[in-house]
Amino acid sequence: MTERIDATGLSCPQPVILVRNIMKKGVTDFEVIVDSEVAKENVIRSVAKNNLNADISSNGDTFTIKVCKR
Amino acid sequence: MKNIFSSRFGIIFAGGIIGIIAVTLQKFGNPPNMGICAACFGRDIAGALGLHRVEALQYIRPEIAGLVIGAFIIAIIKKEHQPRGGSSTVIRFFLGMFAMIGALVFLGCSWRALLRFAGGDWNGITGLFGLTAGVGIGVIFLKNGYTLGKSYRLKKSSGWIFPAFMAALLVMVALEFKVSETGPLFSSLSGPGSLHAPLLISIAAGLLIGILAQRSRFCTIGSIRDIIIVKDFHLASGVVAFLITAVVFNLIYGQFKPGFYDQPIAHTNHIFNFLGMALAGLAFTLSGGCPVRQLILSGEGDSDAAIFVTGMIFGAALSHNFLLASSAAGPGTFGLAAVITGFFFCLIVGFIMREKID
Repeated sequence: MTERIDATGLSCPQPVILVRNIMKKGVTDFEVIVDSEVAKENVIRSVAKNNLNADISSNGDTFTIKVCKR
Repeated sequence: MKNIFSSRFGIIFAGGIIGIIAVTLQKFGNPPNMGICAACFGRDIAGALGLHRVEALQYIRPEIAGLVIGAFIIAIIKKEHQPRGGSSTVIRFFLGMFAMIGALVFLGCSWRALLRFAGGDWNGITGLFGLTAGVGIGVIFLKNGYTLGKSYRLKKSSGWIFPAFMAALLVMVALEFKVSETGPLFSSLSGPGSLHAPLLISIAAGLLIGILAQRSRFCTIGSIRDIIIVKDFHLASGVVAFLITAVVFNLIYGQFKPGFYDQPIAHTNHIFNFLGMALAGLAFTLSGGCPVRQLILSGEGDSDAAIFVTGMIFGAALSHNFLLASSAAGPGTFGLAAVITGFFFCLIVGFIMREKID
């Protein structure tokens, strides 16, 4: 099952730290939910640095970032 | 639409322009090596309101209001105005207070540490080392599950209050408002508070930096933090651009005066410079960003950031009323005690506010 990180309402740099922690465990398929542009940009940058692919979908107030191997 | 300022080019461009604006403000009359400083300017605002009564440190700095309002306007336009709050509010107030107390022991926030360095004040380097040490301690907590918890969406109107307060300050300074002959708004006749760029230039500079910083997410604390946590040099590239343009324009303006001694609004007690900034760096890291970033977030509707800023202004008043702040003559009487207290507070917060990580 795809792991899911709920990073809504978290301020800098918490979303990135949660993503970092999951990537450190070797997980390459996961979803991150954020609710601000800044968190979205930071998570995408962090994922891209680790050569993973990020698909973003917007659902009203939140964004879902689907991360998988390139 | 993609935010071009979130690219590597964008942050470098924004940082470079902000550096130019900062030192140009000094050319126009702001105090030396203090083009924009959230700590010094917060302290001057506290003085103008009469929260402390140091006569040389009183002026409603229009740049601060401009920053908040600039961020507010661009956030509305870009649909990023997002009223939110409720993430350990009181803790953030006291983190703001201790960040200010630490910054005023050094005599400047992270922005002024960079600007002092860019003006040739080598004490700025001691401050930057202290800042980095403080951020480093903060990162240890962050890596071990430190969090102030989630914030929650609030009603639209709550995001308008802080920008409205800043607008009110601007109107008051523009109209030279006075409660009575001897009452506030106070305005310094001599000293750093009396040195300022013309009102409209200050406002325009604040608005422009507010817009650039909101779009690019420029953050001096984040720049150090992200390098330590994830080896991400994105924000740091903006800060380096800021530093380079500030040095270049200081040289052009003849504002570059290298040395440790006889630097403007600075002292040479290295231990206090280091410790003051270490406390500020730790408090800024635990609260999520540098003071200007907190002003920008306040403009975006973040009540928690607005409370942090309010805590800073409160901290400035305490610093001067309780003899904690340094001056050009050296550290304040109770500066060391205040810094130690601040460290205790931050460490307790760092240890207590943890969630289990798997």
